[in-house]
Amino acid sequence: GDTSVLAGLYGPAEAKVSKELPDRAALEVLLRPKVGLPGVLERSREQLLRQTCEAVVLGVLHPRTAISLVLQVLSDAGSLLSCCLNAACMALLDAGLPLSALFCGVTCALQPDGTILLDPTARQEQEARAILTFAIASSERKVLTATTKGSCSVEEMQQCLAAAQRAATTIFQFYRDSVRRRYSK
Amino acid sequence: MAAERGTPAEALVGQVVLPGDLLLLPAHYDEDAEGERLRLSGGAAPQGRLLCGPGLRRSGAGLLVTTCGLLRHRPGGGGAYWVDSQQKRYVPVKGDHVIGIVTAKAGDVFRLDVGGSEPASLSYLAFEGATKRNRPNVQVGDLIYGQFVVANKDMEPEMVCIDSSGKSSGMGIIGQDGFLFKVSLGLIRKLLAPKCEIIQELSQLYPFELVIGMNGRIWVKAKTVQQTLIIVNILEACEYMTAEQRKQALAKLSGN
Repeated sequence: GDTSVLAGLYGPAEAKVSKELPDRAALEVLLRPKVGLPGVLERSREQLLRQTCEAVVLGVLHPRTAISLVLQVLSDAGSLLSCCLNAACMALLDAGLPLSALFCGVTCALQPDGTILLDPTARQEQEARAILTFAIASSERKVLTATTKGSCSVEEMQQCLAAAQRAATTIFQFYRDSVRRRYSK
Repeated sequence: MAAERGTPAEALVGQVVLPGDLLLLPAHYDEDAEGERLRLSGGAAPQGRLLCGPGLRRSGAGLLVTTCGLLRHRPGGGGAYWVDSQQKRYVPVKGDHVIGIVTAKAGDVFRLDVGGSEPASLSYLAFEGATKRNRPNVQVGDLIYGQFVVANKDMEPEMVCIDSSGKSSGMGIIGQDGFLFKVSLGLIRKLLAPKCEIIQELSQLYPFELVIGMNGRIWVKAKTVQQTLIIVNILEACEYMTAEQRKQALAKLSGN
């Protein structure tokens, strides 16, 4: 919908001695909200994004370097976390960092009556019983990250996961089309 | 990495590939993965050995794509596959000629900024005709054109300004004046290809001196400042212009 996030990636650059890792690249994510200072919620989302990105970036090819990913929220109309995940993946792709797979973010909202809504708006998120966000990798649709807000049963989570995996195919096709457009110029 | 997801490498040559795609190779190739980061694999491969260039990693029975771009293939020798991607960040590779900016003098060694993740080091004896008594006149802020003699992911890169026979062959300190600017690595590779049209067309416009570094830096010097700036603008715009637009722009300029 109207949610948009601007992503900037810097790296592999020189790392501070206190932060450098001897065998892989140190990845750092900064998430800036649209208004106000970053708070605890932003910090927890940054850690989530960092762990997802570390799973796909081949850090061993750039030891003792730092990769910084800065995300700025431009507008929030629901499904912010999956929008951040998609923006992060496109930034990694655009910068040419070595990746072992692509990933995308999908949000599912569980309505009180049990129906599943994909990529809910802010209003639908508020009415929902539970909101689940998945980061799904392009290699065999494996799940990289799953985070839940609210309560749901295990079967409902499995159903949401299956729906998200189907939606992920559409998103990966979009990635492929945008890259094709860029390289056709 | 299931086998049914892989596609034969020949089918994807010249098409866009994304990280995570698996390429299958014909079984009769004896694979030998020499992954060189960010360098078009120009090394001659022995008969029957396949070269795996930048953007590809060997995994199991096939090649895993790690960067997005166009898949290219060179059939010479044993064959080589690599991914042609557009990037701006440079990663030092041994043997690359680059333009570095001197940032510090630490005893007998100069520290150069080459645009990579750490500064490169250059010994004062690595110039043609340099001895302990006859030191080269290098100041902080000078531009140096040299090549990497050590460049891997684990060590600090080292540069020299002489080649293996001790001659400088065009390397060394770049003179005064001129203009240094940065472009993407894809444009550099295009400019360094043999018989590049852009350089030929520009040389018909004004005479100028040009130094191209593989780290994305270009140094230009023409007779007047205005001519230098015109050449800089054309080279920067070449990235996005098609050949016809470029010819039109040059025709307008030479008509003036």
